Amino acid sequence: MTKTLIELQHISFAYEHTQVLQDISLSIHEGEFVALLGPNGSGKSTLLKIILGLLKPDSGEVILFDTPAKQFKERERIGYVSQKSNAFNSGFPATVYEVVRSGLTKRVGLFKRLPKDTNRRIEAALEAVGMQGFSNRTIGALSGGQQQRVFIARALISDPEVLVLDEPTVGIDHENVQAFYDLLATLNRERGITMLLVTHDVDVVSNHITHVACLNKTIHFHGYKNEFDDMTQEARDAWYGHAVRKVH
Amino acid sequence: MIEAIFQYEFLQNAVVAGLIIGIIAPLLGVFIVVRRLSLIADALSHVTLAGIAGSLYISQMVPALALLNPIYLGIVASVTGSLFIERLRRVYKHYEELAIPIIMSGGIGISAIFISLAHGFTTDLMSYLFGSVSAVSRADLYVVIAIAFVVLVFLRIFYKELFVLSFDEEYSKASGLPSKAIHILFMIVTALVIAASMRIVGILLVSSLMTLPVAAAMRIAKGFKQTMIYAILFGEGAVIIGLVSAFYLDLAPGGTIVVTSIVILLLVIWLKKLYYTLQRTGVEV
Repeated sequence: MTKTLIELQHISFAYEHTQVLQDISLSIHEGEFVALLGPNGSGKSTLLKIILGLLKPDSGEVILFDTPAKQFKERERIGYVSQKSNAFNSGFPATVYEVVRSGLTKRVGLFKRLPKDTNRRIEAALEAVGMQGFSNRTIGALSGGQQQRVFIARALISDPEVLVLDEPTVGIDHENVQAFYDLLATLNRERGITMLLVTHDVDVVSNHITHVACLNKTIHFHGYKNEFDDMTQEARDAWYGHAVRKVH
Repeated sequence: MIEAIFQYEFLQNAVVAGLIIGIIAPLLGVFIVVRRLSLIADALSHVTLAGIAGSLYISQMVPALALLNPIYLGIVASVTGSLFIERLRRVYKHYEELAIPIIMSGGIGISAIFISLAHGFTTDLMSYLFGSVSAVSRADLYVVIAIAFVVLVFLRIFYKELFVLSFDEEYSKASGLPSKAIHILFMIVTALVIAASMRIVGILLVSSLMTLPVAAAMRIAKGFKQTMIYAILFGEGAVIIGLVSAFYLDLAPGGTIVVTSIVILLLVIWLKKLYYTLQRTGVEV
């Protein structure tokens, strides 16, 4: 049995009076590449925010690396890449180097200086995402796809075991989307980084993912990708509210 | 003026205080601008005014406190205001900017009451509003030095966390950094810098020394560290030129420093444009 990295137990969450998540239980294991799918408003981003500790569930418990989230102090083990559009102010005067370096902040810790090999680590992280040679560029001057690669590098520099990505390809040119997912697949395969990905690009990502979780307030399906492909039309309709394409 | 500096203590105070403020105000200003908190700095400066006006009134009423330096109550008001703004921003989650007019009008309102209680503007109060070359005392200078020390230590210790918080607040929280605590410390330090700067640039113009040099720096800097360096250079330039011209022309230094900052900003924008035009037309630059 592989290690359970993220475990959700009976999570419920409501914004004021709107119930967004109802009794969600879900486990993510080491090495998996999980796509979290669901229509708009199905609570995908809310669920990620709960996992990341940005929101507190009304009931239920989040267990991260066998530790209840409240006591979990090693957040650097979970890397986070958000939607490009709302992540940062694109006029921010920072170089790629400075942005990637900031990924070390939590790992290094309060009151401590950055390690001596920081430069080498930054170069290695940029190389891993195919952005070597960009360190002195201003972050705002890069394309959406390049920025997302830099944000992956920022996450990679602190050696995360899990990457949580919230629709990371929104606002990226179509031709770069495939390359972006190929990069995630490589990181998953070669470095064993577990991926939890919220996405709409089911078709593009489908040959990389190992597991699928279908969310619409509750979990409608969670299992291997091939089981998802065999999901009945009725089950799909019940989840999505209307007919949904089969993923090939 | 150089001779006069050696001769008069008040000029030494003003010049040293000015040079220190020329560093700390733009330095902290870089974080204030990128975090889009410039208006909050402005609101805080108005709260500081309430503390100053209150202190001037108290020293008029209570002879025993006649020598109380208004800067202390100014600091208290400004720090209290910064904590109050945070509280309000949490109450009005979806209208965070509402905290600004509430605090700003509150500050001016309380100031107005104290000013009328004290029977109008005194020259003293004018010097707090627009700055003064002659009114900086040794005690003021010591307060400025102490505040500068706090600011530099704070930035040295929390630079990397502040960078993350400024660049992407959500990411900062998701990384498990103590974002809230650092933000509150940041607001308190901002309040301190405002209190320190008001003696030279004046309460009404404090926020300009935190924003204008940064605005100019952001036009030409590549990266965050460069932005800080340019902001300090522009800030110091504005303070030096502003103080010298205020001294010779007998003007309020707040005015001359701000006008110099604006001239620097316009020059930077214009030079950058010129640079691009020349580059486009193929002229070697």
